[in-house]
Amino acid sequence: MEASTEAARLPVKRNTWDRVRGYIGEYGLIALLLALPVVYGIQDISQDGSLARLGNNIVDGLSNGSIWALVALGYTLVYGIIELINFAHGEVFMIGSLVSAGLFSTLGLTASTGIGGLILGLLLTLVLAMLASGSLNTMIERVAYRPLRNAPKLAPLITAIGFSFILQNVGILWIGGSPEGIPDLIDAQKELFNIGGVSISRGDVLAIAATIPLVLLLTTFISQSRLGRAMRATAQDPEAARLMGINVDTTISLTFLIGGIMAGAAGLIYALYQTTIWFLQGFQAGLIAFTAAVMGGIGNLQGAVLGGLIIGIIQQISDNRIGGEWTPAIVFAYLVMIMVFRPSGLLGEETREAG
Amino acid sequence: MSSAAAAVRGTHVENRTLIALAVALPVTLWMASQIEMNLFMGFVLWALIAVRTVFHENRRVVRGTLVALLVWAIVLPFFQESGGGFIEDATLALAYTCFALGLNIVVGFAGLLDLGYVAFFALGSLTAGWFMSGFFSSAGGGEGFSLLVGEPASTLPGIHMNFLLVILIAIVITTIAGMLIGLPTLRLRGDYIAIVTLAFGEIIGRIVINGDELVVRGQKLTNGRQGITPIDKIDLPFLEPFQSLELRPWYFVALTMVFIALFVNYRLRDSRLGRAWIALREDEVAAASMGVPLVKTKLLAYGTGAAFGGVAGAFLASYLNTVNADQFQFAFSIFVLAMVILGGLGSIEGVMLGAIVLSFINNNLIPDVFNDYPSKVGLDFDLTELSFGIFGFLLVIMMVLRPEGLIPERRRKLELTEGVGAGDTELGPAEAMYEARA
Repeated sequence: MEASTEAARLPVKRNTWDRVRGYIGEYGLIALLLALPVVYGIQDISQDGSLARLGNNIVDGLSNGSIWALVALGYTLVYGIIELINFAHGEVFMIGSLVSAGLFSTLGLTASTGIGGLILGLLLTLVLAMLASGSLNTMIERVAYRPLRNAPKLAPLITAIGFSFILQNVGILWIGGSPEGIPDLIDAQKELFNIGGVSISRGDVLAIAATIPLVLLLTTFISQSRLGRAMRATAQDPEAARLMGINVDTTISLTFLIGGIMAGAAGLIYALYQTTIWFLQGFQAGLIAFTAAVMGGIGNLQGAVLGGLIIGIIQQISDNRIGGEWTPAIVFAYLVMIMVFRPSGLLGEETREAG
Repeated sequence: MSSAAAAVRGTHVENRTLIALAVALPVTLWMASQIEMNLFMGFVLWALIAVRTVFHENRRVVRGTLVALLVWAIVLPFFQESGGGFIEDATLALAYTCFALGLNIVVGFAGLLDLGYVAFFALGSLTAGWFMSGFFSSAGGGEGFSLLVGEPASTLPGIHMNFLLVILIAIVITTIAGMLIGLPTLRLRGDYIAIVTLAFGEIIGRIVINGDELVVRGQKLTNGRQGITPIDKIDLPFLEPFQSLELRPWYFVALTMVFIALFVNYRLRDSRLGRAWIALREDEVAAASMGVPLVKTKLLAYGTGAAFGGVAGAFLASYLNTVNADQFQFAFSIFVLAMVILGGLGSIEGVMLGAIVLSFINNNLIPDVFNDYPSKVGLDFDLTELSFGIFGFLLVIMMVLRPEGLIPERRRKLELTEGVGAGDTELGPAEAMYEARA
């Protein structure tokens, strides 16, 4: 809230209240987002004389954020096309992690596996985890959302919550109720290089290096391919798309498949990066990623990635400075404030209602 | 209705309804024996439901069975052991009913999906924790502060207020909190409202869990994960202070709460405000253009719904003798939402049924009755861990197969069956009862 009043104070003397409100609407969110890094940056400089600690937070935040970005893409794609918050999406991501961890032990991947075998094994795991999450997401759409296509809007939201709980319990059955450590295959914490006190670890490089091609692939697919065009057409106007010969049901299934694939990839990266998995990781990740999607502007692919990165940084700063037990509250407070100041997000939403 | 209708004088009942009722009898009795309910009372319950189902078109009979049901609920504890498990669970079920009736105002009447209802449970409980325990140990200079309570609470350190006063405070606090939470959602569309309320629920849950780090003048806000315990027993004027092993008085307090909640629900639904809520739910733009003040109407829905949560929360704190921060999880919001949806959004009778059925499933059937079934078929897991998966499954099944709930509200049923071949989704209330028990 402090940031908003700061933003309000700047132009206060110019003119009327309306104008102030205009500025809050315009810059309030940006001020809000900059609040944490700026405050702690100043604190770092005055205390340590360097920005190394903040830099470390930001690097960790970016690599964490790229995982949230992949999950947020799923939210934003689905919301863009059927205007539904796919509540179960976080759990699809969680299942992706669980599948990956299961495959590690099936394929016999351990921390001592040779580099060639490791790359081959991880690629295989990636493909299988993507397939598992993708088909799971498509299945959920078929069972829980398609029958309710014409029902009031709250109905599919409620089945989504139901499925989220079902999948959480699948997770409990699978690995039990407490967090489970898995082998640290890539030695994620090992420092690769160090730039002015900011250490960049293997995990950071992996997360970012794996995310960039996936996001590029996805955006190219959606902007260039025939199916991608069908998706965009359906998102704009399902009726007109149907008249133009697009199979709307198939297109929606495809959207869920793609969203699930991204979540599966994120699941594997998360497992490699965090080296612990548990059944509640999806619930938390889902809400963080949803916040990211809204922050960037729901329905907007670039927005989801940007939002994911920003929320990752905020989360890291909060974990590191305020205390991990408060992080969920901080992220949710951001969510509420985005909703208040700028429900259309940083880059503008791309939904039917937004025109 | 194509199936052959069996003519009962003055009404018509389908054959399948009668079959369902017949099947429901042994099921009811079996359930009653499982939850340690007196079998005679179980039979009476079945009979009342059967009468209500068969004569569902006769308003007088319906009203009569409702009154009979109330009498049944009042007489019930005298057929049970006062310290027994059944009364314990029934009291809990009544408290949950109060929650569900409150949420029904927000979700069922006004159509605002609230996923953070647990916030009001937390705040209500916390009010009781603050004002009915030794939590503020420095109050009154360490001597303690008491208001209208008898021995021994009045002699202990901390703040000890009469339960009725605490209820009033809880109502004020939760109503204000409900409106504050509602404020940011006013401009948002339906699914965003759900997320914002969820966020608030989680924020308040986090504050309760980490409240031991928030210290103002040497006084913690909450006890964190340790919880605040013990809480004073309810001490009502003209009555002996309540005992933890003598559960009948607790049951009656909970029953009174539910009576009041029911009364308020019915009166509100038929009032000008209630009609405004329903208009809002059906079509916000149309309602606004017909002169329904959106802001006031929405905020009143949030505030009223929240107040019930606060009352039930304060009661539960005293009844469970603790304010346990780990209770205030998102899952609880969903648990209450599942009650409302199972019973039928907006349908007062349905919500009551949903709340009682789900709380018995949760507190009794899953942990006590069915828990050893997985091991019997050779599976190794604890069913209690999966209770929320079961509720999630219920939510999906209900929404896909019977979105209007077990006992649908008439208006919503019409809304949901609009455009669908009439009769496709119509099921008699008797089958509803049967489904609830099966």
